[in-house]
This record gives sequence, structure tokens and C-alpha cells, in this order.
Amino acid sequence: MSYKDTVDLHDIDTLFDTLSQDAESAGYILNPDKEFTKALIRGLIVNQERYGYPSCPCRLADQKKGDDLDIICPCNYRDADLNEHGACYCALYVTRDIADGKRPLKPIPERRPPKEERIKKSRPVESGTTRLSHPVWRYTVCGYLCARENPPEVCPICKAQKERFEEFLINNA
Amino acid sequence: MAMTHISGSDKGDLVLYTLSTCIWCKKTKALLNDLGVQYDYVDMDNLDDDEREKKMEDLKRWNPKCSFPSIVINNEKCIVGYDEEKIKEVIGV
Repeated sequence: MSYKDTVDLHDIDTLFDTLSQDAESAGYILNPDKEFTKALIRGLIVNQERYGYPSCPCRLADQKKGDDLDIICPCNYRDADLNEHGACYCALYVTRDIADGKRPLKPIPERRPPKEERIKKSRPVESGTTRLSHPVWRYTVCGYLCARENPPEVCPICKAQKERFEEFLINNA
Repeated sequence: MAMTHISGSDKGDLVLYTLSTCIWCKKTKALLNDLGVQYDYVDMDNLDDDEREKKMEDLKRWNPKCSFPSIVINNEKCIVGYDEEKIKEVIGV
């Protein structure tokens, strides 16, 4: 359905500041090209408004949250793309060498598998005969692991919501 | 029709599958505008469900990953992503 973009410039600046601070505190770098970055942030706000979640502005959302969890920004593919290409798929996040202009920014090939091949949740490892004091949860965005009864509401590293975790190691002793 | 036509010089039949929010799609459109060539584009995120499904089936034949932008040239080949050099080469400028 056609969506009328009425995003407030003030909202773009506010989200830009939040994302910059979150990135810096967790060792990530927001693309220093402000015009480029703010255009992407506008797309995130548009998606938040029309879908209810900020899915990647450079990917077509299924418009069902359960099918789009992996592309809610920051997406599950960001870190692998940063490692391999120096930028995430849309280039909202870049590595230091690209931020400093020592390496050119090029379009990033799509890493997300086609819908039929996507694995929604990995199978957790079972503890075998070892009795764990707590299950271990893994954030699908940044790989952060924590051992506790339930995962935190927001990941302390990537700031992703609780729904982006998966069970990584479970008790079966 | 879902396609939007942009007029310019005729360098073949260029059909762009794009997203309204995607910056690489915007760069692709801007490049073609600068080159002054005619093309048709469709912002897939702005289509209603039925139309989007249909266009996705069309796109899948050219780019199974259905990523954006995808540029189909003369119903013969497809350039995936904002590849400035390849786009210029294919349309002969």
C-alpha cells in the first residue's frame, strides 16, 4: 500500500543521536556520511510507522514481524557483512577503515538467504550429562551470550529487543 | 499500472525494481536521471499485496534473491545492486 512519508526532521535527528551513542558504546561505527545516514534513518522511521518495527530500509519487508525479525535494524547479518565487506548491507554501519576513508564504500551483496532457506531459530546445544545452573541465551544480532533464567529485555551490546534471542545451550541433565 | 515511466533518451528497455526507502535504489535512479536515459521503475514497498506478489514473481526470474535495486535490461539481463560501472557499460555511455 502506498505510504505517505511525513517523517519529521527532528525525529530523524533524535534517532541519529541515539543510534550514534549506542553504536559508539558498543564498538560499532555509524556511517559518518550524515546525509547518507540520515536518509537511511528516515527509511527506518517510515518502516517503524508503517510496519510497527524498523526493518532494513534496503530490504523488502514481508510485513509480518515474525518473518522479518532477522532484518529489524540492526539486522542479523550486520556483523558478518562488517567483517567481510566493511559495511552492513545498507551501509548504516561501517568499519573504521571505511569511516576514515581508507577504503572505498561499495554496495554490499545480499547475504540474507531466500525465504524458503531461512532458519528462524537454530537448535540449541544440549548440556548432556552436565547440569547447568542456568540456560544460555544468544542474541542473534551480535552473538552476545548470557547465562540466566530469561534473557534481558534489551541486549546490552546491540540493543536488540528480547524477541531476537535464541536458546543456545539448554539443560537436559 | 504499477510502473512509473521516467522519460529521457532511449538506451534500451530499462526496468528497475526498487524500494522507496532504499538509498542504493535512490542512487541508481539518480544515476539514470543524470545520464538522461528513459526507464520505468516500481517501488515494491508501495504496492498493495496482490500487485507486490505478482511483481516479486517477475523479479524472481531475474534475481532469485529479490534484492534491490534490480535493473532488467531489454528483458535479457539483470544488474543486481548499485553497480555504477556495469550500469554505464550496459547502456553504452
